[in-house]
Amino acid sequence: MHQEAAIREPLILGEKSYSQITDDVMASVVGKANRSWWIAIGIAAVMAAWGIGCILYLIGTGIGTWGLNKTVGWAWDITNFVWWVGIGHAGTLISAVLLLFRQKWRMAINRSAEAMTIFAVMMAAVWPGIHMGRIWLAYFVFPLPNQFGSLWVNFNSPLLWDVFAISTYFSVSLVFWYIGLIPDFATIRDKVTQVVPKKVYSLLAFGWTGNAKAWNRFEEISLVLAGLATPLVFSVHSIVSMDFATSVIPGWHTTIFPPYFVSGAVFSGFAMVQTLLIIMRKVMHLENYITIKHIEYMNIVIIVTGSIVGVAYLTELFISWYSGVEYEAYAFINRATGPYWWAYWAMMTCNVVSPQVFWFKKLRTSIGFTFFMSIVVNIGMWFERFVIIVTSLHRDYLPSSWTMFHPTFVDIGCFIGTIGIFFVLFLLFARFFPVLPLNELKTILKSSGEQYKNQPTTEEH
Amino acid sequence: MKDNKTIYAMYDDDMTLLAGAKELVAKGIYIRDVFSPFPIHGIDPVIGIKQTRLAICAFIYGLVGLSLALAGMYYFMIVDWPMNIGGKPNDFFYQNIPAFVPISFEFTVLLAAHGMALTYFIRNWTLPGVTARNPYPETTNDRFVMEIHPSDFGMSVEDLTEELQKTGTILIEER
Repeated sequence: MHQEAAIREPLILGEKSYSQITDDVMASVVGKANRSWWIAIGIAAVMAAWGIGCILYLIGTGIGTWGLNKTVGWAWDITNFVWWVGIGHAGTLISAVLLLFRQKWRMAINRSAEAMTIFAVMMAAVWPGIHMGRIWLAYFVFPLPNQFGSLWVNFNSPLLWDVFAISTYFSVSLVFWYIGLIPDFATIRDKVTQVVPKKVYSLLAFGWTGNAKAWNRFEEISLVLAGLATPLVFSVHSIVSMDFATSVIPGWHTTIFPPYFVSGAVFSGFAMVQTLLIIMRKVMHLENYITIKHIEYMNIVIIVTGSIVGVAYLTELFISWYSGVEYEAYAFINRATGPYWWAYWAMMTCNVVSPQVFWFKKLRTSIGFTFFMSIVVNIGMWFERFVIIVTSLHRDYLPSSWTMFHPTFVDIGCFIGTIGIFFVLFLLFARFFPVLPLNELKTILKSSGEQYKNQPTTEEH
Repeated sequence: MKDNKTIYAMYDDDMTLLAGAKELVAKGIYIRDVFSPFPIHGIDPVIGIKQTRLAICAFIYGLVGLSLALAGMYYFMIVDWPMNIGGKPNDFFYQNIPAFVPISFEFTVLLAAHGMALTYFIRNWTLPGVTARNPYPETTNDRFVMEIHPSDFGMSVEDLTEELQKTGTILIEER
């Protein structure tokens, strides 16, 4: 069996056996939901209901109810789209990239991070959908001949690439997540005694048997899907960035966008994972599985990606001057000193300065501080997209069309609504699904579990 | 004594089962299958399970996806309705290849992943509504079970039971 260095900190704390891992994770599935869960889902449902109302009003009346105008044609809608897609990057990064790198610490967090990814990408997909105005014509994005004549969708356009990228990313992440869930649903199926849950989990478990050949295939498909999902993660946000980068708007027309967007996405995704997991580990008593060490590892990823984002901001700023293009230079001077200076500096503070405090071990191992920082980073990353989109558009080439963007209650309502729907979905997941990958955690119990690591080894090698 | 009995031997530890399986196989005992709550690394060569060919399937599905994407874009953008986009006409396929890279990649991944997943579900026979075939419900929690048919190698149930007892099993059941 694989031996792990004794100085490496254990990933599963306490005296745990295989069945105890099952019991700890199943406690929330079989037990009654506590009061805090009901309060949280109640608030989220109210937010979701308000948002759905605003979305229906928007669809019924038209996107004129948003604060968009002739100059600023993209604002909160696309900001929210890119923000949600970005958040949806951490899950697959954790489950795919860290699987390829054989990082065992991913196992406590990958299930919930993938769930977060799927829900976040669903929320992202809402935005281009409702931004179409006539959502009942949404099938026009598919490669159907236009009006069923012979004009096709434009395959040279990044907007169409995005359709393919987001739908591939969503469906592949969903399948990857579900394949991992099947053996754990089988565990719950064989353990629960109530009639209805047993029926439901039997259906969800697809008749999983857990024989040797099935596990052989399971490991193979996990590895190959991870290999396929890894370039997919990088491609999705690169393509989102090309929606901007291939245009001729000063401030958007930047070749640095693909890597800058991808690292920003990972940065914001990990921040959202921290926000969710710090609450979840406390409420669901998972402190032995999602340890301080896991939180520290994620904070290290946040420093690395945050620093890449910082370097990208500064490079972009330098190049806008160095290129000698007046329009580019103006776009950046206007960002920092124009009417939206507060958004620019909020972005700079939240994304560039604040993650650097994680160099202090005391701060990156502090749960309260990490939670605070995860919120700061998410605010900062929302502002990043707002700054890129709105400040680049609001100063048009003609000063007569210069304007500002003012969100209406529908803009705000739709945004709050997607946050509400996201949390409703995540809370339902936390209540009814196995939030830790049982089968994977059991494979690392003997190599990374605390009581096994402290035992003197009896193996010859 | 030959009959169609099935013997199940249960273990409470994956390493005990693996060590036991090695000893039993060395004595010419054929282990039909092993049921476990997680993959036991190293069990496949011992009980004679070949590496799955799912990855080869995924590669073929990926090639199909790539060909379909390229052929589709060639037909839509070059043959059927060439468009002049920003002064860059769509007259030749090779001039447009850079713009076709993203969708070719996405479609390759789409077909490879979903094709592989479908093959996986069908080969494992894990589909909605299928009944599980694990002999004990504990095998998805913390127990590890071997399935042995004594008639496969002509050993009596008594002899087999004796051999199994030496490997540290916690339960031997005949069904």
